[in-house]
Amino acid sequence: MIEIVSATRCVECDICVKVCPTNVFDATEHGAPVIARQDDCQTCFLCEIYCPTDALYVAEFAEGPTGITEVEVEERLLFGSYARALGWARGKAGGSQFDPTHRIRVAQ
Amino acid sequence: MPKSQKSASDNLHLQADVLVLGGGPSAAWAAVAAAESGARVALADKGYLGTSGATAPSNTGTWCVPPGDNRHAVVERRWQRTGELADQRWMLRCVDTAYRNLLRLSEWGYPFPSEDDGRLYIANLRGPDYMRFMRRRVLLAGVTVLDHHPALELLSDGDAIVGAGGVARQAGHDWRVDAKAVVLATGGCAFRERILGGTGLTGDGYLMAAEAGASLSGMEFTGKYTLAPYGSSLNKGLPFRWASFHREDGSPILGPTGEPLRNGIGDREDEVARALIDGPVYARLDQAEPALQGWLRQGQPNCFVPYDRAGIDPFSDLFRITLRAEGTVRGTGGIDIVSDDCATGVPGLYVAGDAAGREIMTGAVSGGGAVNSSWALASGWWAGKGASTHAKRRAGKAFRGTVQPLGQAGLRPAATPRADIAAGEVIEAVRNEVTPLDKNFFRSGAGLEKSSERLESVWRDVRDHLRGEGADKVRAREAASIAAAGRWSVASALHRTESRGMHRRTDLPGKSPALAHRLIITGVDAFRIEGTPERPAELAS
Ligand SMILES: Cc1cc2nc3c(=O)[nH]c(=O)nc-3n(C[C@H](O)[C@H](O)[C@H](O)COP(=O)(O)OP(=O)(O)OC[C@H]3O[C@@H](n4cnc5c(N)ncnc54)[C@H](O)[C@@H]3O)c2cc1C
Ligand code: SF4
Ligand code: SF4
Repeated sequence: MIEIVSATRCVECDICVKVCPTNVFDATEHGAPVIARQDDCQTCFLCEIYCPTDALYVAEFAEGPTGITEVEVEERLLFGSYARALGWARGKAGGSQFDPTHRIRVAQ
Repeated sequence: MPKSQKSASDNLHLQADVLVLGGGPSAAWAAVAAAESGARVALADKGYLGTSGATAPSNTGTWCVPPGDNRHAVVERRWQRTGELADQRWMLRCVDTAYRNLLRLSEWGYPFPSEDDGRLYIANLRGPDYMRFMRRRVLLAGVTVLDHHPALELLSDGDAIVGAGGVARQAGHDWRVDAKAVVLATGGCAFRERILGGTGLTGDGYLMAAEAGASLSGMEFTGKYTLAPYGSSLNKGLPFRWASFHREDGSPILGPTGEPLRNGIGDREDEVARALIDGPVYARLDQAEPALQGWLRQGQPNCFVPYDRAGIDPFSDLFRITLRAEGTVRGTGGIDIVSDDCATGVPGLYVAGDAAGREIMTGAVSGGGAVNSSWALASGWWAGKGASTHAKRRAGKAFRGTVQPLGQAGLRPAATPRADIAAGEVIEAVRNEVTPLDKNFFRSGAGLEKSSERLESVWRDVRDHLRGEGADKVRAREAASIAAAGRWSVASALHRTESRGMHRRTDLPGKSPALAHRLIITGVDAFRIEGTPERPAELAS
């Protein structure tokens, strides 16, 4: 579930407000968006990869917040980790040409 | 571009030839196909075209069968697995159109991976990339895209569907699009299970279509569940192909032959389901060789997000797992299609993707893992073409003055709205009947009867009293759709007095030859269920 909008990383572009398919965020007058409807989050991790500054963190537990802190996410280098695994960077798509899923399907 | 005007109250009122409802792959393909035939197209999605739906967060393998003599054999083989309910003519049409659209994607420059010999591998579409790419194609085609515009109801002029209305949930006003044809591409019903894409998939299209007079098919086939790390949203079974499974005390879970289970997908889900009913189950992906481990990590990165974030090495540590209910998303039920252009039988109303009944493609077994995404590629195309042809035929006709909105349950209750009938509680009550493994994975006549009684009582409250105001309008309508879908599912399951595919009746374990046909359900409040034995030739042709 979405848990962290890092005010230090966020550049207030409001892209997450636009792209979150379940309308979890609200834009604010001056500042980073807020998590307004956390329970609607479907833990799809897509806001993370669209964020140009890796300012969002979605924890793995889908049923409710875990209470993980921004300090821990920074220390464990988890900000942007899903985007890096896909090959996306700074909110831009990339990496699908290196997807080895066809090898898995053969092994299956 | 469709004409737009904002009325005095700032509500959005648009005119289009074709209105597509939804924002997943089938909606995107329908919009592109309709625009390509010259129609002015608007697309209204509950979420954001590019991230919403079941495909965007996932990585979908397609059913990719190149042209050639082999096609018939491949289709025949797959048909053998469908519990005799699929239709090979539809299967062949689908692989053909899906293949063409996969080629179209590569011509458009979608970044497919390459095989060792350098040829593009077009049989797999990585969700976030694919849907972002499709958004661009839809916009390039000149389609007016309305993100965060959930549809609440269809509009009718008495003869045909002439548009839809809903709310612009971020802007806070209502919207209405007058159109000569509407494509429902609103996806399946996940009964609010916390799965990838699940939040928005509440079966709204089923209720809208049924209110307009369309039928549904295969609603009993909601018994598909997929493994996921416990508490996570990752309902992707693939890595569990190479797993071992253990009970709380460490003892291995055994397969049908008495050997420890080393593959947890497909039919093996039965063993895991049985064990999960008894108590917690743990897995380890210890059957994957090192090379495969690397491919899994690189090819299915989201599967590893839960492990990495929870500090688990899934190849060496035991971790707790669950089976996630998937309703009609990986089930096969949905709106019944009556002709090759994906028409519903209601003039002006077309259907594509998971919103449609997919028994014609995959029968009583899940189409997840290949068939469903090809079906979205093909049915979206046909529905878009069908809708634009219908729009052209209606082009001369002026809009009749008497446009009626068709929404009932959750929107215009039959009696006085009551504040104590809340959307959240309705959804919980339905979930209690249609998601527990011991009620819905393994079913029984007596259990289904009890569920049916409870769902009837939930439905009466919904029908008579549920209504949401402002932002809660959408929630109330979603709850009504979930209640309707749950009720149809249990009623159809009671009607199918046998076991077939994902419909597992513990009281009636075998297949009944007399039921080797589809079940069609028609009506919202009062409904009837009919078999399709009158169409056996089509089923097996
Ligand atoms: C985790 C996962 C993995 C999968 N993997 C595979 C695979 O490998 N191979 C395969 O073949 N299939 C797979 N599937 C199935 C496949 O993703 C679906 O069949 C496919 O997404 C269906 O496309 P669709 O456009 O019909 O529906 P969806 O992609 O689900 O989109 C439905 C859309 O309708 C919108 N909507 C809903 N209600 C409304 C409303 N009231 N108004 C407006 N819009 C609305 C939603 O916002 C959403 O955009 C997988 C599914 C899941 C969940
Ligand atoms: S997308 Fe990222 S940078 Fe932009 S507003 Fe959201 S959190 Fe901030
Ligand atoms: S994980 Fe998905 S649903 Fe949750 S906030 Fe991010 S984009 Fe929205």
